[in-house]
Amino acid sequence: MIPATYSSLGRDLAAMLKGGVIMDVVSAEQAKLAETAGASAVMALERVPADIRRDGGVARMSDPSLIKEIQASVTIPVMAKIRIGHTTEARILEALKVDFIDESEVLTPADPFDHVDKTKFAIPFVCGARNLGEALRRIQEGAAMIRTKGEAGTGNVIEAVRHLKEIQRDIASLKLMTESERRDRAVMYRVPAELVEQVCTLGRLPVVTFVAGGIATPADAALLMQLGAEGVFVGSGIFKSESPARTAAAIVLATTHFEDSMKLAEVSTNLPKPMQGLEIAALETRLQERGW
Amino acid sequence: MVVGILAFQGDVAEHRSILTQLELSARDVRTLHELAEVTHLIIPGGESTVIGLHMKFTGLDTRITERVREGSLFVLGTCAGLILLARLGLLHATVERNAYGSQIDSFDAAINVRGIDAQMYAAFIRAPKISHVDGSVEILAECDGIPVVVREGNILASTCHPELRGESLLHEMFLGLR
Repeated sequence: MIPATYSSLGRDLAAMLKGGVIMDVVSAEQAKLAETAGASAVMALERVPADIRRDGGVARMSDPSLIKEIQASVTIPVMAKIRIGHTTEARILEALKVDFIDESEVLTPADPFDHVDKTKFAIPFVCGARNLGEALRRIQEGAAMIRTKGEAGTGNVIEAVRHLKEIQRDIASLKLMTESERRDRAVMYRVPAELVEQVCTLGRLPVVTFVAGGIATPADAALLMQLGAEGVFVGSGIFKSESPARTAAAIVLATTHFEDSMKLAEVSTNLPKPMQGLEIAALETRLQERGW
Repeated sequence: MVVGILAFQGDVAEHRSILTQLELSARDVRTLHELAEVTHLIIPGGESTVIGLHMKFTGLDTRITERVREGSLFVLGTCAGLILLARLGLLHATVERNAYGSQIDSFDAAINVRGIDAQMYAAFIRAPKISHVDGSVEILAECDGIPVVVREGNILASTCHPELRGESLLHEMFLGLR
């Protein structure tokens, strides 16, 4: 046996999820439905973002009994969310052997100073980001996977598109800089210059990059895949639609066949009503502003 | 020889990068038409439930089975790929999914492959276990006494991912199958 670092194994699992759809589920029954529809992983939580937004109050890690029920009901990876900076919730999920932890702005942040030091854990983390600086800070802290934050629970895709493009634009701009300008950028991002150089050379983030936050239709998923996303998280979009099973299956097909317009037309035809959706300007709380 | 990668879901890019190391290009295969153009197909790692659904929707499951049986297609499967080959009845092995446990039990190992004078590094990610093989299956490598690389006729399969560690040995063996 050769010593493997947990960080490389976490990135490996992220690679296995590529091209897939990760679905929010609040029960074992929903988890099974998601698996049958073709989800590549499920995110176990107590309330989908749309309900968290509606109900208000402090949103926390789910009860372990719910997570265990969901783990027992499916064979695909099970992810679960912790509050930003809540190292103890993360230790609990590690003890439960979830496959991935999402340190998520959808829950109420727990630490006003620091995100979790993810290098200290034996299971991988995915974190949200709106731009390259945020993404690199999370990667430096040990995140094995990045997802755009988008604006969760809105069914409005504009913020997910914005954040994916912001990250891509920030990376493209590195290419136009001198090495010393990139060092300044690393200082601004509060990450080591080597990490910024690595991103510049790769022309992409060094970890698998998914999109999240506001995806409600097959066309939304395909749009983001066309823009360069490596996979999709769908939160409220599935179980807040009129027919979750059909919406889920259609989003799975659209994510894989994102380049095939005929197929996209086919899977978009006579779909059940998607979730209603919210205008971003009308929101009281912008979840994307949580975390830094 | 025309190599394709079943590009529904999973670590397609990692397999492509190994083929690039070997100075080969690979086509994405997502349709019956694209399958018709390849002689060698890689079924990557990913979620076998997801890749299996896409294979069924597109009819690729039936066509892959027919072509392997008529001898016109070679297939390499890693992890999910191996599970699917066993499910299609092309690899006569009993496979237990996620048998090592959840992600916390994922690991790296150096494997000795029969007939190759070098160790191959590979990642076992929520890996399946082969609990039984029929006499028609040749075991090419074991890890802790459990078969991890196997061959049966036109099929080569592994429960682990050498492609995640930049290893090209398995792919070279695959391209050399006759």
